[in-house]
Formats: sequence, structure tokens, C-alpha cells
Amino acid sequence: MENNLINIFFVPEVSLAILAIACLMYGLFSKNNSFNKATNFATLSLIFISFLVYFDFTTNFALFENFFSNTAFTKFFKILTILGAAASLIISKNYFIDTKINRFEIPTLLLFSTLGMMLMISSKNLMMMYLAIELQSLSLYVVASIKRNSLESAESGVKYFILGALSSGILLYGFSLVYGFTGQTSFDGIYISLSQLDKLPIGLVFGLVFILVGLAFKVSAVPFHMWTPDVYEGAPTSITAFFAIVPKLAAIALIFRFCLEPFNNFYFEWSQVIFFLSLASMFLGAIAAIAQKSIKRLLAYSSIGHVGYVLIALVAASDQGIRSVSIYMFIYLIMNVSVFAILLSLKKSDKYVEKIDQLSGLSKTNPVVSVSLAIIMLSMAGIPPFIGFFGKFYIFIAAIESQQYILAILGVLASVISAFYYLRIIKGMYFDEAIEGENFDFTINNQAKAILLILLFIITFFIFYPSLLTGIVSGISLI
Amino acid sequence: MIYLEHYLFLAAIIFTIGVLGIFFNKKNVIIILMSIELILLSVNINLISFSVFLNDISGQIFAMLTLTVAAAEAAIGLAILVVFYRNLGSIEVSKINKLKG
Repeated sequence: MENNLINIFFVPEVSLAILAIACLMYGLFSKNNSFNKATNFATLSLIFISFLVYFDFTTNFALFENFFSNTAFTKFFKILTILGAAASLIISKNYFIDTKINRFEIPTLLLFSTLGMMLMISSKNLMMMYLAIELQSLSLYVVASIKRNSLESAESGVKYFILGALSSGILLYGFSLVYGFTGQTSFDGIYISLSQLDKLPIGLVFGLVFILVGLAFKVSAVPFHMWTPDVYEGAPTSITAFFAIVPKLAAIALIFRFCLEPFNNFYFEWSQVIFFLSLASMFLGAIAAIAQKSIKRLLAYSSIGHVGYVLIALVAASDQGIRSVSIYMFIYLIMNVSVFAILLSLKKSDKYVEKIDQLSGLSKTNPVVSVSLAIIMLSMAGIPPFIGFFGKFYIFIAAIESQQYILAILGVLASVISAFYYLRIIKGMYFDEAIEGENFDFTINNQAKAILLILLFIITFFIFYPSLLTGIVSGISLI
Repeated sequence: MIYLEHYLFLAAIIFTIGVLGIFFNKKNVIIILMSIELILLSVNINLISFSVFLNDISGQIFAMLTLTVAAAEAAIGLAILVVFYRNLGSIEVSKINKLKG
């Protein structure tokens, strides 16, 4: 393909930026129903962008060579991110309209943050990385507090903003140290100038630790997780769905690329930090979730736990580890989209279900919904034959192949503990008595229903054909 | 004569003041915003002094980008604070406690 000017519009990032601005204009100038129109527009443009990423027109642009990496890994994660964003828009549309936060700014901001995440996944330069992280988090600060008449939403926005800004500051301080001690800002340049060293100088150790702390905030690994439960609980559930599904993918991809590309030679230094983060996240995620009453908080701790398992694969630092994390994030995406698709459509006495004990008696009135929720919960707990089992399975295999026996054993233990709170939801649905006079109401639009059915089908029957997914990720390798 | 270490030391002190300001502040959220600005300022001092001593322009470009983003971040933070103030009628740090569990 020739390098003419038209082709630049087929670069997914450029195209998404233009479409996001177009979405803003479309919402602004449509007289009525602007939220519906903008959401449909945003969903369609995300699907279009996922095709652009898949067919990949970007490689010809020399201009971006030092700023973007375009490998099978980044491509896989970009497609996951985009599809996750599209799915979360579709499943949350009814909720937005129902709770009267139907502003067209929401899909626009979500498009911008998706753009930021795509840039994050493929950034190859510290400046690029910083700008991409800020693009995604500035958009997310705003959507967290988008329900302006609710104190919870505003408070979650304040908390998310303060801790997010602090984490960007720490990250940036780390960047400045790495830049100062290597004289480079590109990942390749840092790698080359580090490969002349036998031992990291103290300034670079500090820089590396600061950057890892900043990234741990973004993936919400323990001990930098404290914003997650509050933000998940306070933000409107539809926004929580987006938070749980999409930004995690991008941040995980970024932390993997950052550790394995510029600092690949200094495995010993960063793996200690990641080892601790991983263990602490797994156990705190499992134990702290037991006491929760709100489903959203429980899912927040569950996502912290999932991050712990994913970081095991980073300590393993092998091709197998990279493949297993790709599989795991795909599975995480599927499970979270389906659980939020149910939460965003399930009402009890005209209020959306948010507490665990509100689910009691669901199996009597809505058997199909409760079976689906039970399947998803069993899958999240990692119980075969459902899909969640395979995510953990491949991660532990990767850990054992890299001789990380401690992490693998403790990971299985944490997984057993976490099964308790997933099973508690199932127990509530099937064995607790319903309160008299309160009725469940399950309303879901057709697209969301289609997504939910497809995902449930995948969750249940993945065991018969796991080579489908392992075949897709087999092309993914370290660099 | 002022060397690189002096600049780095200054930046480290400002960074520490910023971080401590976030954690030990019990009164006002505006102070937290100021502390965040202090952190970003220390990063800029770091970047520019490295850039001068390494004789490399990219640190200064980085500092310009950081400045721009810091301005945008402060604007968004203040906007969120306004929303919060309208709901609660106060921006005391100790009153940001509705969400816990």
C-alpha cells in the first residue's frame, strides 16, 4: 500500500479520534434523543475501529515508528479493549436512559478514553505513555462523577481524581528519573542504554519502583487498590461496568510491555515488586470481599483478585506467560460483561439491585436469570467446566513452567478462598427466602440479550473447544 | 556553583512535600489539588535540569507536555470539586466518607 494521505485515515487511532469528535458534534447538533443517537454512533464506530485494527493498515507509517509498537500482542489487546468498550456501551444503554443520566457526553468521553487506552497499549515512548494514560484517566474522572445530583457519584469522582492524579504524579517522577539516568525516552533507547549496565544504578532503581507504583495504581493492585471499591460503588452501575471491563485490559497490557521491553534485562529488580503485588492482590482480593454487602464492592475486590492472578504471569515472564495473560484477559472480559449485563437489567421494586441480600429468592421468580448468574459466578470462582477455570489453569501452568512454584501454590489457595464469596451469591439466590411484596423485574434490550446469550454460550461450552482461543493467542510472543 | 545534584535534591524535597501534603491534610480538598501541582512541578524541575545537563532537548518537550496536561487536570479536578460542593455544601476532607465498607 502506498503512503498517501488518505491512508492516514485508516490508522485506527487517527480514525477513532476523528470519530470521537464527530460523535460529539452529532450529539450536540441533534435536537432530540441525542443520547441514543450518540450511543449508537459510538458503538458502530468502535466496531468499525476493531475491523481497522484487525486488518491493520498502520505498519506503513514511518512517522509513528518510534512511538507505536504494533505486534500481535498489542493487536490482540486493542481488539479486546475496543470490543469491551462497545459491549459495555450496549449493555448499559437502558440503564442510562432509565436513571436519567442520558447525556450524549458519556459515549463521547468513553470514546476518548478508549482512544487513550489504545494509545497506552501500543505506546513505545515515555511521553506517549504519559499522554495516553492521562487521556484515558481524565475522561474517566469526568464519567465517574457524571451523575451530578448524587453525592455518591461526586464523591467517587473526587476520590478517583485525587488518587489518579497522585498516581500519575508518582509515575511521572519515575519517568523523569529514568529519562535522566538513561538519556532516552523511547523504550528501545532505554533498553539499549540499559544493556550496557551490569547493575542498575540507585537512581534507576528508584525510577523503576516509582513507575511500577504508578502502574500498580492504574491496575489497582494491592497496596494501591484503595480507590477501586469506593469508585466502583459510587459511580453509576453502567459506568462501573466500563471501569471493570475496559481500563484494566489496557493497564495490564501496559505494565507487561513496560516490564518486558525496556527493563527486560533487569528481571530480578522488577520481579520482586511484581511478586509482592501479585501475592497481596490475590489474598486481599479474596479475603476483603468476604465481608462485603454491596455487589459492586464485591466485584471490585474480585477484580483486584483477578489482577493478582494476572501478575503471576508477569513474574513468569515467558512466552507461555504472555499467552496465558491474553487468554485470562479475554476470559475476564467475557465474565465481567455478562455479569454486568445482568446487574444492569435486574430491578427489585423499581430499584436496580445493588446489595447481595436483595438477590434472595431470585431463583423462585426468575429461574433463567438466576441460573445464568450462578454459571457466571461459578466461572469467576474458577470451577470447571466453565471458562474461568481455563484462565487460571493456563496462568498456573505458565508459573510452574517458569519455576514459580510458590506463586502457583498460593494462587490456588487464594482461588479457593475466593470461591466462598462467589458461592455466597449463589446461596442467596437459591436458598434464602424472598422478602414478601417485592418483585423482581428483568428488562433487557435485544442487543444486550444477544450479547448475554452468546457470552453465556461461550462460558458454558468453551470446554469442548479450548483450542479456538489457544490457537488465536499462539502467535503472541514476548516482543 | 550549582550542580545537577542540587536541582535533583530540590525536586525531591518538593515531591516529598507534595506527597505528604496529600496524606497529612485533614482540612481542605483545594490543598490536595495544590499538592498535586507541587508534585508535577517537581517533575518538571527534574526533567528540565536533566535535559540541560544531558544536552538533550526531549526533556524540555516532555516538561511542556506535562505543563499542559497539569493545567487540564487541574481544570477537571476543580470541576469535580464544584459538583461535590453542590451536593454536600462543604469540601472538607473529613466529610468525604460516605463510601466505605
